Amino acid sequence: MTRRILCLLALALLATAGPARADSPFITVASTTSTEQSGLFAHLLPAFTAKTGIAVRVVAVGTGQALRIGERGDCDVVFVHDKAAELKFVADGFGIGRREVMYNDFVLVGPKIDSAKLAGGRDIAAAFSAIAAAKAPFVSRGDDSGTDRAEKRLWQAAGIDIKAVGGGWYRDAGSGMGPTLNMAAAMDAYTLSDRGTWLSFRNRRDLEILVEGDKRLFNQYGVILVNPQKHPNVKAALGRAFIDWLVSPEGQQRIAAYTIDGEQLFFPNASPGG
Amino acid sequence: MAHAAGIALGLIFGLDADLLRIVRLSLSVSLSAVFLASALGMPLGAALAVYSFRCRGTLIIVFNALMGLPPVVVGLAVYLLLSHSGPLGALGLLFTPGAMVTAQAILVAPIVIALTQRAVSDPWNAYGDALLVDGASRLRAIPVLLAMSGAGLLTAFLAGFGRAIAEVGAIIIVGGNIAGVTRTMTTAIVLETSKGDLPLALGLGMILIALSIAVSACAFYLARRGAHP
Repeated sequence: MTRRILCLLALALLATAGPARADSPFITVASTTSTEQSGLFAHLLPAFTAKTGIAVRVVAVGTGQALRIGERGDCDVVFVHDKAAELKFVADGFGIGRREVMYNDFVLVGPKIDSAKLAGGRDIAAAFSAIAAAKAPFVSRGDDSGTDRAEKRLWQAAGIDIKAVGGGWYRDAGSGMGPTLNMAAAMDAYTLSDRGTWLSFRNRRDLEILVEGDKRLFNQYGVILVNPQKHPNVKAALGRAFIDWLVSPEGQQRIAAYTIDGEQLFFPNASPGG
Repeated sequence: MAHAAGIALGLIFGLDADLLRIVRLSLSVSLSAVFLASALGMPLGAALAVYSFRCRGTLIIVFNALMGLPPVVVGLAVYLLLSHSGPLGALGLLFTPGAMVTAQAILVAPIVIALTQRAVSDPWNAYGDALLVDGASRLRAIPVLLAMSGAGLLTAFLAGFGRAIAEVGAIIIVGGNIAGVTRTMTTAIVLETSKGDLPLALGLGMILIALSIAVSACAFYLARRGAHP
């Protein structure tokens, strides 16, 4: 018995150790759930890998966690959407060479019954005020992601102190965009989503877009190389090649070409030369 | 539900390449973790049954309690260890299958140790004196006792495997759920649930349960053949 177990152990270790070794060059990118789950990376990365031979391994988490992975030096590039936090990340010396890549927008989704009467509105602050006044159920990400931080700023713009809100209509889900949408769909609640995740989300049930088009719903994505002087393990040359490709005409065209049901998800807006 | 079953069957019989890779990774990570935990944990568990020393009772209680280790906590601890800013960062294991094996082995080890200790206690109580009279040291008695407790060890192995193949909290933190590299059955189910593709997530879940049954059946078959050569 023991000998057989040891034999099997050796075999199993060989089986796992084998493929991990002979790898082609790769970089690790900490990014957001919105870029991964919307299918953008699956559309974008094969073209980059085919051109350069560099594989890209994406760890998809919230923006806050992605930046912390970068701070610890556990990835080579971060690709996130919270400009204020990104600039702080660079100012603190954790990242260099930030470039803006693309944008899309946030949308307020909610149930068809729409108890706070928001459908068709274009003023997001007024919509948030109406939700609070009606005490209509609202599901918040509550996970310190880019979307979560944007939502908190919108409550502020509406003049509502969300921390002081009692009454139980404001639910803090503490999870990613998808689970939050699942929860909103299940309880007929309002929530703020990035458009990319919304368009690729399959379990909408009675949810639909109610408010969109406000300037304050603008959602900018940026890409930053983790500072190799802080973390010598960072693959600076490979990471820079990825960033340069993203903001190149070819990368920008690939981003613009990604659609779901004929609708474009992300709009390239890299500044030339930045 | 029927829709999910249809998707599961479609994936299996379509021999979907992504699915095969995910299944292979799930099995190799969890089996490696269980074999690793068994290679260390079974002798340790037997030693815990055989030797008497001062903190033995406490240790047994601790290992039994650790059978309920929360996977996220283990994942977080292994993440901090393997992070480039952590003590073992130089190994470059973070976000690789090796990190996932490490985390699952830590989760599984207490189960193997505690169940082995219990399995070996019976033959030790029954034949321990005879073994020692025959001149064997306690150390030499351990392999004999392990050989006598095949059924109990099989239970320990399968309990450990069940824990490893089903957990997601630890491997999603240390593996990162990277497509084609560290995506397993459970992390894929989390991802598809997030995307709102509930039928596909449920279909994957059905395949995962079928896999567990297959591994359990194989283990029983091997054990029976071992018992009656």
